[in-house]
Amino acid sequence: MKALCWEGVNKLAVERVPDPQILNDQDAILKVTLTTTCGSDLHLIGGYIPTMKSGDVIGHEFMGEIVEVGSGVRRRKVGDRVVVCSFIGCGRCWYCTHDLWSLCDNTNTNWELAQEIFGFETGGVYGYSHAMGGFKGSHSEYIRIPFADYGTFPIPDGVSDKDALYASDAAPTGWMGAHLGGVKSGDIVAVWGAGGVGQMAARSAQILGAERVIVIDWLPERLAMVERYIDAETIDFSKIDVDAELRERTGGRGPDVCIEAVGMEAVSVPDGQYAYDKVKQQLRLQQERPIAVREAIYSCRKGGSVFILGVFGGLADKFPLGPMMNKGLSVAGAQQHGHRYIPMLLKRIANGEMSARHLATHEMSLDEGPKGYDIFKNKKDGCVRVVFRPHG
Amino acid sequence: MKRIVGGLGLLAAGMGVVRWLSSRPSEITRDRTPRNRWIMVTINCAPQRLASRADLPEPITRLGDAVDIKICPAPGDRGTELGARLRDFPRTRISGITTRNMDDDPRRMVEEALRHAKSLIETGEVLRPDWPPSTHPTPAGKLLELAGRRGGRL
Repeated sequence: MKALCWEGVNKLAVERVPDPQILNDQDAILKVTLTTTCGSDLHLIGGYIPTMKSGDVIGHEFMGEIVEVGSGVRRRKVGDRVVVCSFIGCGRCWYCTHDLWSLCDNTNTNWELAQEIFGFETGGVYGYSHAMGGFKGSHSEYIRIPFADYGTFPIPDGVSDKDALYASDAAPTGWMGAHLGGVKSGDIVAVWGAGGVGQMAARSAQILGAERVIVIDWLPERLAMVERYIDAETIDFSKIDVDAELRERTGGRGPDVCIEAVGMEAVSVPDGQYAYDKVKQQLRLQQERPIAVREAIYSCRKGGSVFILGVFGGLADKFPLGPMMNKGLSVAGAQQHGHRYIPMLLKRIANGEMSARHLATHEMSLDEGPKGYDIFKNKKDGCVRVVFRPHG
Repeated sequence: MKRIVGGLGLLAAGMGVVRWLSSRPSEITRDRTPRNRWIMVTINCAPQRLASRADLPEPITRLGDAVDIKICPAPGDRGTELGARLRDFPRTRISGITTRNMDDDPRRMVEEALRHAKSLIETGEVLRPDWPPSTHPTPAGKLLELAGRRGGRL
């Protein structure tokens, strides 16, 4: 079958790869209908997450139709139209049964490698490096889905493929940031990053009762999208001092909850700190450019909450430990516990309360995968997300 | 040539400083002798599910008399702790190092058996890696495979 493969730093190619097989009784095979780019793919493509191998199939946010099930699959059948959580959860370990699905004990088949990096392994993820299980990604015609009863979610009638697509990752990740960040009625919430996850975090904060939501970015088309589709306030950090602006808009207190939805390749106004971070990262002396995390911790109100949704891979330099401790902040982060939220989000998508289809600014065939990622990475033509149709 | 000599000189000086620092008496000393620790997993099941050795799944029973087994309730709602410890443990650091990167490292085998047992009890299967692979052999890929096989902390 055809798939989009990582072939080295900043090298992608459409290749023929072996068809997926049922390898465990609880597996299913999915015919991929839609699969989308995600900002976290760029960390893999750029070589910032070092456990990739030449030929790895990328992609982790997708939906499609089940075309084969293993003998142990009970709740899904051939023909079901489903969205798939990007993380793989077994559904029965302590972490899964406590709704911490991305920490599943039984789905990272490269647990030794992951333990070397993180101390303990995360659950497996589709198309996201060998430290995360080495599973083939969704930018392909077909994909194997382990523990299919738990990781696939039937799409309600009336919800289109494109409406359901972002329930795979962007929407549940954003919701988790607002939910586990502790957003409650009357809060002012600041979100760093106006990409797919940041926009979904902003919308989720509104639904959870935030009084005001402020989204920070510098790309005009994304800020315009936030104002138009999310109806949230914006700050263009390339023109305005973010910390001063947030103080002014929050009565001098700072936001109650700060959500970071940027990750390890954050950009900033060109100052000494940014140059320092960029040089160190390019020389592979550090993996992260945690600029948005630093800003969030500095700007958050005393006793507030910072939730990190952006992907980080290892060690960060100049982490503001002192401000975090002395201001009494609650700082947390997680990969998405999507299984916890996806059924609820599909209902909200069905009733129109949540919508993400506007994120799909570009649509292409899988053959155009390398071009799609070039547009996506370099933010050309107002690109927020590229959606691939593997079957045309 | 001068650069090489200079570099070697710096390296030697650096090693000397490290050696001097590490030889200084310190109040904190760590015993570096390898210990035959219990390798533990916590299984999300009631302790009654693993009431005796006979209740253990095949990956553990396959180890036979090579290991001691420990089963006890985990605190709170965390399930049951299952541990195994090698009866015949390589006592020297050298033997530990020589087996560390090899697939037949006995501690690695025990750790894998415990993980497989846990997965079988919790889910009924052991998840297999995607197969066949789509990757091509490269030097970097081989290094990655080696790192992935390390495990087995001593």
